[in-house]
Amino acid sequence: MSEPRHRLMGYVREEIMPHRFCSGCGCGTVLNAFTNAVEGIDLDPGRMVCVSGIGCSSWIPSPYFKSDTLHTTHGRPIAFATGVKMMRPDLTVVVIAGDGDVAGIGGNHLIHAARRNIDLSVFMVNNMIYGMTGGQVAPTTPAGVKTTTTPHRNVEPPFRVADLVVAAGAGYVARWTTYHAFPLMESMQNAMTRKGFSFIEIISQCPENYGRRIGLRRAIDFLKMFKEKAIRIEKTRDMSEEELKDRIIIGRLCDRDRPEFADEMHKLTAEQVAGLKASKEAAG
Amino acid sequence: MIIRFAGFGGQGIVVASYIVVKSAVYDGKRAIQNQAYGSESRGGESRGDVVIADEEIYELEPTSYDVLVALTQPAYETFIPLLKPGGTLILDKDLVVADKKLEPKRIKRHALAATDIAFKKFGRKIVANMIILGYMNALLHPVSQESLERAISETVPKGTEKMNLDAMHEGMRLAGEAK
Amino acid sequence: MALDDNKRQYLSRLEGKTYFILGDEACAYGALFAGLDFFAGYPITPASEIAELIASELPKAGGISIQMEDELASMAAIVGASWTGARTMTATSGPGFSLMQENIGYAIMTESPCVVVDVQRSGPSTGQATKPAQGDVLQARWGTHGDHNIIALAPNSVQECFDLVLECFDLADIYRTPVILLMDGEVGHIRESVVMPQVSSIEHASRKIAARSAEVFGGEELVPGMIHYGQGQNVHVTGSTHLANGMRDVTTPHVHDVLIKRIYDKIDKNREKIVRVETDLDDKKKARVGVISYGASARPARGAVRAARAKGKSVDFLRLVTIWPFARTQVADFAKDLDIILVPEMNLGQLSREVERFVSGEVVSVPRIGGIPHTVDEIYDAVMEVVR
Repeated sequence: MSEPRHRLMGYVREEIMPHRFCSGCGCGTVLNAFTNAVEGIDLDPGRMVCVSGIGCSSWIPSPYFKSDTLHTTHGRPIAFATGVKMMRPDLTVVVIAGDGDVAGIGGNHLIHAARRNIDLSVFMVNNMIYGMTGGQVAPTTPAGVKTTTTPHRNVEPPFRVADLVVAAGAGYVARWTTYHAFPLMESMQNAMTRKGFSFIEIISQCPENYGRRIGLRRAIDFLKMFKEKAIRIEKTRDMSEEELKDRIIIGRLCDRDRPEFADEMHKLTAEQVAGLKASKEAAG
Repeated sequence: MIIRFAGFGGQGIVVASYIVVKSAVYDGKRAIQNQAYGSESRGGESRGDVVIADEEIYELEPTSYDVLVALTQPAYETFIPLLKPGGTLILDKDLVVADKKLEPKRIKRHALAATDIAFKKFGRKIVANMIILGYMNALLHPVSQESLERAISETVPKGTEKMNLDAMHEGMRLAGEAK
Repeated sequence: MALDDNKRQYLSRLEGKTYFILGDEACAYGALFAGLDFFAGYPITPASEIAELIASELPKAGGISIQMEDELASMAAIVGASWTGARTMTATSGPGFSLMQENIGYAIMTESPCVVVDVQRSGPSTGQATKPAQGDVLQARWGTHGDHNIIALAPNSVQECFDLVLECFDLADIYRTPVILLMDGEVGHIRESVVMPQVSSIEHASRKIAARSAEVFGGEELVPGMIHYGQGQNVHVTGSTHLANGMRDVTTPHVHDVLIKRIYDKIDKNREKIVRVETDLDDKKKARVGVISYGASARPARGAVRAARAKGKSVDFLRLVTIWPFARTQVADFAKDLDIILVPEMNLGQLSREVERFVSGEVVSVPRIGGIPHTVDEIYDAVMEVVR
């Protein structure tokens, strides 16, 4: 008897399955949450463009998720996605990429897209390491961790990427972990249905190239750690920075309406076209 | 004919060069206009070059001029050595003190109080450039009078056409006196 | 490709008119006549006037012009927009062109039509920031990593800045590749007359559309058809080595071999269709000396050739309108009876190396750097030194 077909198999490029994520990788959870999110809100993948960069998590849309896909250069997916969105504002444009891509080499594109509040949904899978290339330090790696390029110890503090994106002006920002798969899925639905720049930082596990450097060899160890360290943002109001030092603040960091970039630009173009037409008619 | 206008930002240097070259195009001539750009044009220096010819222009940045219009002392001192022997120098006599030692041979020097006249007659120093244009065109005829008037009317800010044209005619009158 | 009503409405005010404008502005207007839909750029001297004019005019024609955070992003955005079916362009100068190389390579690998204007200035690095040069000739050819081919055109007048950008858009669509308009700060920053054509007289090339998404990156033809985004075709575009259906295969040597050779060949095998040169041969005597030039340098070069002829000297002249692919047959043919070929260019001798590869006579580089173009006299002197 053949295995029953998974209900979400229609959302992935079935012909290239099985996927190539390492055993225990958080990317599987993110792909799962993402396809569930798309199905849950009846989003037609034919009306989506998924954009990614270089890194393990960029494989979630490219090649796995079945929609129009733009697999770009390292760090640049948000900039490519900007071009797509400006010319096809009617399509849902989603960027799924890693912390090295989005917050490291592509950090500048991230803050400017957030500032413009362009209607993109950016799901940044943060595994705190450059996993694909073999475990080099990332801008999100905690201080003290030994990596292949910080063999003695990492002396740099990590980026709090979601907070950065809030400060830069994004409409919607949330942080979840792969332990929080259901709220993550709902958050993705929020991101893809609302207008404006939506950013979800997804704290994820890389047992292969990060876990073994910090003594978490199994995915389950990570998930336990995420569960223990996670604290809902609502509960952090009266807590000091010191108390929150080792915690992962989860939940919705901001949700606000701001003028959206593609809308504003198309409005401007419509005004200019109408203005020209009116002046031509006036001139006879 | 190759003309360099040189002076200070705000004297209408680039506009003057643009008007001459546009007039030349209306006359059916080949013409190029060039100017100082970007960081080069900060700190005050302003420069506009004009090349007018009957056939194809090969020299994109001429290194010597038939005419130099100098409206500041540094512009005069920097560019006067590049005036062709026998060329024409037009300067504002209140802003430039000529130094014969610097000047090439056999040049024709014309000194007029363009800025002072612009202020006293028209209440606007900026139209000194139009006085110069009228003066130069009456003297050397690089472009037709008709085209010059058309180019001025099209280029200057709306509502100031008459003042600018009057200033240009004042320059022509001064040139007539100088002859 | 037919222009939509908004574009026609906008262009109707311009067509048939003569303007006295900058080369940069002519380039911007040329793009509007080409049916530009989307522009993304970053300010840089001496190219900013292109972005400024497009920002002012493109919305009136129904298009979108944005300023990105840098040139990496500008190049990325025009490639992304290209996959929606838009005609897209960016404009920069040397420092920005260096930054764009990454995503120019991406556009080559993904066969994304777009136009990149490089108004060359004096370098390396910040160099003489506002001053013209032709120092990016080899960067245009080899600036991005890996084996590839490129199309680049060099205008030598303000009118040609207009005319050639139109041609760039067509070449980009026909060959599904980024095309570079290799201007220089000299033609970009002089004002000359430009005659705008009648819109009805322009035939815009169209992109070929593929029947199935499985053939967007391969198949029988050298140039496969595209399928634009938003049609439910699940098009997979990647800068990694890929199969005809766009799926990555980065390990099979044969897959890379087939893909890269096709991308190379689609330009190489159409070289004679793409290449344009302008020849000015001495009609009185058989010349032994020739001058080959391009872009702004071609103006004083031709002036020098004419001056030498006026002195009774026999000199031939060839101007390269297309810089890449290199006009190897045209250059070889031009030089077949020449003993000496002078190559004036505003660099220390970049294209002269390419000329050397295809001629048997002696190639003499006539370099000019320092932020000023050659004078007619200096090229004339170089000609008179070798001509008998």
